[in-house]
Amino acid sequence: MPLLEVKDLKAYYFISRGAVKAVDNVSIDLEKGESLGLAGESGCGKSTLGFALMNMLPPPGRVVAGSIKIDGQEIVGMKEDELRKRIRWQEIAMIFQGAMNVLNPVYTVGYQVAEPLIYHKGMGKKEAIEEAKKYLELVGLDPNIVNRYPHELSGGMKQRAVIATALIMSPKVLIADEPTTALDVIVQAQIINLLKELKRKLGLSIIIISHDLSVISELADRLAIMYAGKIVELGPSDSVYSDPVHPYTKALLNAIPRLRKKQERLEFIPGAPPNLLSPPPGCRIHPRCPYRFEPCDKEEPELVEVRPGHFVACHLYTRR
Amino acid sequence: MVEAKEAVLMDSKEAVMKVENLRKYFMIRRSFGEFITGKPPRYVKAVDGVSFAIKPKEVFALVGESGCGKTTTGKLIVKLLRPSGGRIYFNGTDVTELSTEEEIEYRKRVQIIFQDPYSSLDPRFRVYDILEEPLLITKVGETKAERRELIYKALEEVRLVPQEEFIGRFPHQLSGGQRQRVAIARALILNPEFLVADEPVSMLDLSIRAEILELMRELKERHGLTYLYITHDLSTARFFCDRIAVMYLGKIVELATSDRLIENPVHPYTKALLIAVPEPDPSQRHVMKEIPIIGEVPSAVNIPPGCRFHPRCPYRFEPCDKEEPELIEVEPDHYVACHLVSKK
Repeated sequence: MPLLEVKDLKAYYFISRGAVKAVDNVSIDLEKGESLGLAGESGCGKSTLGFALMNMLPPPGRVVAGSIKIDGQEIVGMKEDELRKRIRWQEIAMIFQGAMNVLNPVYTVGYQVAEPLIYHKGMGKKEAIEEAKKYLELVGLDPNIVNRYPHELSGGMKQRAVIATALIMSPKVLIADEPTTALDVIVQAQIINLLKELKRKLGLSIIIISHDLSVISELADRLAIMYAGKIVELGPSDSVYSDPVHPYTKALLNAIPRLRKKQERLEFIPGAPPNLLSPPPGCRIHPRCPYRFEPCDKEEPELVEVRPGHFVACHLYTRR
Repeated sequence: MVEAKEAVLMDSKEAVMKVENLRKYFMIRRSFGEFITGKPPRYVKAVDGVSFAIKPKEVFALVGESGCGKTTTGKLIVKLLRPSGGRIYFNGTDVTELSTEEEIEYRKRVQIIFQDPYSSLDPRFRVYDILEEPLLITKVGETKAERRELIYKALEEVRLVPQEEFIGRFPHQLSGGQRQRVAIARALILNPEFLVADEPVSMLDLSIRAEILELMRELKERHGLTYLYITHDLSTARFFCDRIAVMYLGKIVELATSDRLIENPVHPYTKALLIAVPEPDPSQRHVMKEIPIIGEVPSAVNIPPGCRFHPRCPYRFEPCDKEEPELIEVEPDHYVACHLVSKK
């Protein structure tokens, strides 16, 4: 049984004009010690999916259907205080986007790293801060910074502190939402190294959410490409990167400027992702797809296995 | 060594934009206590002696991490900041000191695109007003009809068509890529010769990034533009630029053509920057990257003596913490400021 099992998950935002279908029928699973990359353009629902897995979608967002099982426990529909007591941060934790800004400027770093222990486990403050020191060391920081304030730390150090906070309750699954986006290249490489090391040392399962396929390729064993609330391609990283099947995945990969390769042109996908209040009928990418043909604007393609463990939702492979 | 320094500037006669020993120091406010005890003020040396010359129709990149002074250099060039020292020449004319009227004339020819299209567009202005503002300030386009025509043309250039659909919108009604295109249209509407593009794509998604870069390249061909492209991202610099200068703590440490800099980096800092760039190659995913330098960029208030990079450099040796290395030519058009090449 996989550690994390998501089935037919739907997470919508309810606004006055209707329901924004940010995550629409998504199924994924994650084994212990495995890392899954979740990639897509802004607004494709990848962060919403991350928040939904923590069962903490900000209103007006809500999980409307589907199931999320962590270690066999169903968390959709679980009571808030039970979630807090048993699941959040203990089974599944998240590093939020923009680590620079998630730390509270008026509390010491040590207190913020230790806070989950105080609130969730009822540990005393002194003891919790001692524990925090261990985790700061684990993420490569000097344990003596417990008494410092966030403004005294550099961007990379803050990101490490945030990772320590997420890990302090020893969760089995870590969701990292754009963990390196606002960081400089060298710091980014250091954080990527840290996540690799943690995965190996702690046997952590990681879901890494990013629009940057280069960063994801550094970390992910498997890759899921999202578009307009749906997964359009899912498979082992090697298979997806070296031989992508979906036209959208191909275009995304060709849009990456490469350092070590001379490129004459960069490809891009004309147009913009659709409004998720009323996504296009049939395949959601069809208005932007150069290969669309007759069934694309009518029927929605299903995910089908094209190679072992490699799934694609595209009529080019089911209908041709 | 002096010769080499001159060589960097040698072709300056034909240069569109040339800066010589440019400096910008920001004074840190002293506390009252420091003030009455007569403590000398301290400075952030954001740009500390930068020289380069950009040829016509060239795309010149300034690459470096946050706080290396690349954005400050860009702002000095468009005269949004006043330099603390050094000179700026535009088409051979010294533009370091300009009167307000001259500055307006200068801005018709030298424009800037900012990093963050979410904060560089006034949220209370419609797209039409955003684009009309530079025309009104520089008094280009006398009648309303003329201005309207220019605005429509600029929108067409950046492919925001049909224009009617966009002119009435507020920035919040546009996507990130569309906003950045409005920002580009605003920079282009005065028909400038020289554009400073300060991280124009770093806030955008990958797919939109490619689209904006292609657009900027197309505009360069069509209008014969010269760019100063400021970025932290070496991959886009390689794609878009002819020459790259790597900055560290207010100084250029290496300068070469894009291909040479990436294929044959000489400075240890450039090498580290290159190694740190991730590649979409999942076969490397379990391999730890060995980044041959330690720590993070120190504060520009306390710049290390000698070579600024020496505290983080794994190859430092005897002269590094005493003497500051000069830029010297290691191969044609490839300049490096490092004692490893000058002293060993």
